[in-house]
Amino acid sequence: MLLGFLLRRAVVTVVLLVGVTLVSFLLIQAVPGDTMTATLSEQALQDPEVVAAYRARWGLDEPLHVQYLVYMRNLLQGDLGVSQQTGRPVLDDLLTYVPATLEIALPAMLLSLVLGLAIGLYAAVRHDRFGDHAVRAGTLVGLSTPPFWLALVVLYVFFYLLGLSPSGGRLSTWIVPPEKVTGSVVVDAALEGRWDVVWDAVQHTALPVLVLTVLTVAMLVRFVRSAMLEVLDADYVRAARAKGLPTSRVLTAHVLRAGLVPVITVSGLAFAGLLSGTVLVEQIFSWPGVGQYAFRSASALDLPAVLGVSLFVAIVYTAVNLLVDLAYGLIDPRIRLS
Amino acid sequence: MSDTARETVPDDVTPAEPATPGSPVADPAADRLLARRRWPQRLRLARVHSIWRQPAVVVAVGILAVWVVLALLAPVLTADPIAQSPDLYRPPSAAHWFGTDELGRDVFARVVHGARLSLPLAVVIVGCSLAIGGLVGLLAGYLGRAADEILMRLTDLVFAFPQIILAMAVAAVFGPSTRNAVLALVVVSWPIYARVIRSAVLSIRSSDFLASSRLLGVGPWQALRRDVVPNSVGPAVVLATLELGNAVLMLAALSFLGLGPRPPAPEWGAMIAAGSRDLSIWWVSVFPGLAILTVVLAFNIVGDALRDRLDPRYARGLR
Repeated sequence: MLLGFLLRRAVVTVVLLVGVTLVSFLLIQAVPGDTMTATLSEQALQDPEVVAAYRARWGLDEPLHVQYLVYMRNLLQGDLGVSQQTGRPVLDDLLTYVPATLEIALPAMLLSLVLGLAIGLYAAVRHDRFGDHAVRAGTLVGLSTPPFWLALVVLYVFFYLLGLSPSGGRLSTWIVPPEKVTGSVVVDAALEGRWDVVWDAVQHTALPVLVLTVLTVAMLVRFVRSAMLEVLDADYVRAARAKGLPTSRVLTAHVLRAGLVPVITVSGLAFAGLLSGTVLVEQIFSWPGVGQYAFRSASALDLPAVLGVSLFVAIVYTAVNLLVDLAYGLIDPRIRLS
Repeated sequence: MSDTARETVPDDVTPAEPATPGSPVADPAADRLLARRRWPQRLRLARVHSIWRQPAVVVAVGILAVWVVLALLAPVLTADPIAQSPDLYRPPSAAHWFGTDELGRDVFARVVHGARLSLPLAVVIVGCSLAIGGLVGLLAGYLGRAADEILMRLTDLVFAFPQIILAMAVAAVFGPSTRNAVLALVVVSWPIYARVIRSAVLSIRSSDFLASSRLLGVGPWQALRRDVVPNSVGPAVVLATLELGNAVLMLAALSFLGLGPRPPAPEWGAMIAAGSRDLSIWWVSVFPGLAILTVVLAFNIVGDALRDRLDPRYARGLR
């Protein structure tokens, strides 16, 4: 039965992925005017050889459904097109930028989950009292704040006014970056034992992580709170209390455990929020990640890059959702049946 | 992905008395019965009025009202938002309350005029998404089977992308303009309405009072018009209010990415982008940001309060 569940989820995911590529393909087709003029750089358009090669490569003289197959074939070979701005394959670009994004996204995700659980549980326990109202108000403000604006305000306060943090980037300019091993500057510097560099890199991640965390926590807390409220109301929790268990034990052993299950499902949503957040925030912090790449591509209307990024993000997001679903199914046997 | 749409269980619905088998619709007793099925709605309206008891809601509605008035009176109240002057980057002063920007334009005028863009556009985005998503949700929920399957898989496709990422791609493909930004945001938002309305329709479809009305000889189209649609209004209203805030936020995000209304339009997101180039000119970006924050927060407060009232599941959990 478990195997069946895994298989079913896998099939659904593959179908979804095919659908996602179809969306991406149709978007290219929807470009007003000639697709080629939109996706090739000015320079490349001047060269008839490049144009001919491009037409052949993407099967532009074939009917639409064949074009899609050609597109899929290229895609499976990792060909997302060539960025007009950098002149490099979009996938190569993306892969250079992914580690930087991970360096802020992973800590932000971890921090958000921990804080989201803690604050959400706190609010649920203090239901309808001051602490609860304060948390609710805080999350509403967090959800209503434009991420890029929050990033600017934070940078203005901590860098410009207080001078407590660097202005942006991954490392101070005078530092020689550590040799690339994992792609994370913090980890790579630690591997070389250069602790001053580690400290410098951590300081650079602080503000982007803070902003991403604030936004994600706001969403998570609301969900955790309502999930926990439901559990707090459950009969077995009342029973646990009635038999005289100390509150701390009831909360950790009963409430938190049962409340964790629905929380897992939102972690996928939180991840999507994080991905969107990086697109809007990285530019402000001059953070050389996927988000900044997306920002620059969008501002410059670099279509192959924009579509490449969106497809890439959608694939990653779908994969994360699969993992979330699987985790959910493993923890809660009831899910496997549905 | 699991269905995140809120299941609405109309707990306040008084199930109609079991119909006498074979009674024709023309029967006055049956007519009374049919009329009684409108109860839930009236009860719900009473619930809506009670949100006024929350001070936060009163403040939020007040803020929105102020913004609407500002938007309407902007040309009278403020200077020309696109008139340039040699006074570049002046900090806030008596002459320029919010300072001036990189072209010497009055930031206060631009922020106030920004409401003339963001508020109507948000309404258009929500209106179009609600119309499309509502129709799809009704069809999917009411027709069921293949139609349901196909339409819901279509929403899955959109949900496979984080919203702003897909909106960015769509807006970039069609080129930056106000119309295309709206189009992009409608493309990414209609599926939420479709899901919520579908689940509302499903819960009504399986309810006792619909079964009894069918027994009374009410045809499927009449049932759709008299029962299904009115009872889906609650969830739709909640969602639309929350989405108004989201639309303002996403429109600003698209503009920030350079994919919104073209310059020199005083769009809030674009203004923040312009101010982000230099931290010393904080006033260029801080005030438009506060504008977005107040508007979105107000929509969210009202939306939350409405949800507590109209969505019983949440009334228990989130109050």
